[in-house]
Amino acid sequence: MHNRPVSDPALTACPHCDLLQRLPQIEPEESVRCPRCNAELWRRHRDWYPRTLALAIATAILYVVANATPMLGLSVVGREVVTTVFGGAEYLWNNGWESVGALVLFTVVVAPGLQIGFVLAILFGARGDHAPRWVGTLLRCYRMICTWSMIEVMILGVLVALIKIAELATVIPGLALFVLGALIFLIAAMQALLDPRELWRKVEWADADSRQALAGHRAEGSTP
Amino acid sequence: MSAAAPTAMQQGLQSCEACGLLSRPAAGEQEGHCPRCDARLHFRKPASVQRACAYLVAAAVCFIPANALPVLTSRTAAGAESHTILEGVVLLWSPTGWPLALIVLIASVMVPVAKIAALAFLLMTVQQGSIRNNEQRVRLYRAVELVGRWSMVDVFVTTYTAVLIQLQPLMSFEAGPGLVFFAAVVVLTMLAAESFDPRLIWDAKESSHG
Repeated sequence: MHNRPVSDPALTACPHCDLLQRLPQIEPEESVRCPRCNAELWRRHRDWYPRTLALAIATAILYVVANATPMLGLSVVGREVVTTVFGGAEYLWNNGWESVGALVLFTVVVAPGLQIGFVLAILFGARGDHAPRWVGTLLRCYRMICTWSMIEVMILGVLVALIKIAELATVIPGLALFVLGALIFLIAAMQALLDPRELWRKVEWADADSRQALAGHRAEGSTP
Repeated sequence: MSAAAPTAMQQGLQSCEACGLLSRPAAGEQEGHCPRCDARLHFRKPASVQRACAYLVAAAVCFIPANALPVLTSRTAAGAESHTILEGVVLLWSPTGWPLALIVLIASVMVPVAKIAALAFLLMTVQQGSIRNNEQRVRLYRAVELVGRWSMVDVFVTTYTAVLIQLQPLMSFEAGPGLVFFAAVVVLTMLAAESFDPRLIWDAKESSHG
């Protein structure tokens, strides 16, 4: 059974302290914080849609390059070993550590890929004034996947490993390492620019009747 | 001051965790579905304290083998040598390498311990109905959420070291059983933080006032 929406669309509750409040209309580049717990409730950016789209396309290209090229190699006494991002997960899986291998695969390959793919799909679905229901479903999944996308953590780990190995052998940084370095900044920017509140406003409601009732109520309220 | 600050729950309203829409459940109902995104709605995350506690206890238990068992074994012509996380830190510690040792020490020992302690503290104070330091406690929760994923660093260090150093019979590295438990600690503490509902921090304050 569906709940009944409140008639005032500006009325909102803070996700961190449940304080009931009215969201003020803000201009781009402004943000609203909860007066009680200081959680950021909404931040608007100028031209967020084209900027997010540009970043999403750029991250998609870099993601493909980062996964297709070697990341790190070493050479010692004439022998060379090279690995890709995927190589780490593969090694763990083949050497009896399937659970950790799956976790590494998920956090550095699958989750970032889904994160970028979701943003592209969401922006495509929400290009007009109205977005179909599946955009809402993807928005929910997108929020969950973000925590588990750990490219920046992996980069720190790889750098520590790299310096450690440099004492034993000659390290050869691969193309993917530099691409990943750029990718973490682009993903962070994309995540910050995406405006879920604007997107949810476009998404078609699960309970279409209550939205119509709400729209009617609002129209009555606004006529003096 | 807080008596004049009503929450959505006090007004019988539920805010959707997925899309943020505020809505009113049917009379007498505790649960419903969001009219916009169809997500299940509750006033608070169901069994938040119990679930967070369960994950946290599991994480604390896994933390012991994660530190006692070796995460990395090195094989050279001279024989095999296994290192736990702390032994790895000691090995990295040198006049030039100490910043690396510090990163590993902070990310793999201090952060997990601090996370488990912070979540235990939050769960305890929520259970006791504490009304003190609410702003600091919600800030602590946000810090735990933000910092949690960085403990994975050591998993990646070990993985990519072991992948690269495969120079049999000269020298080779192998991941050890401690790594599985360590990864489990990271995942379990992340799940514990996600299960905890920060709105519970503020509920005690309100009930004690009214």
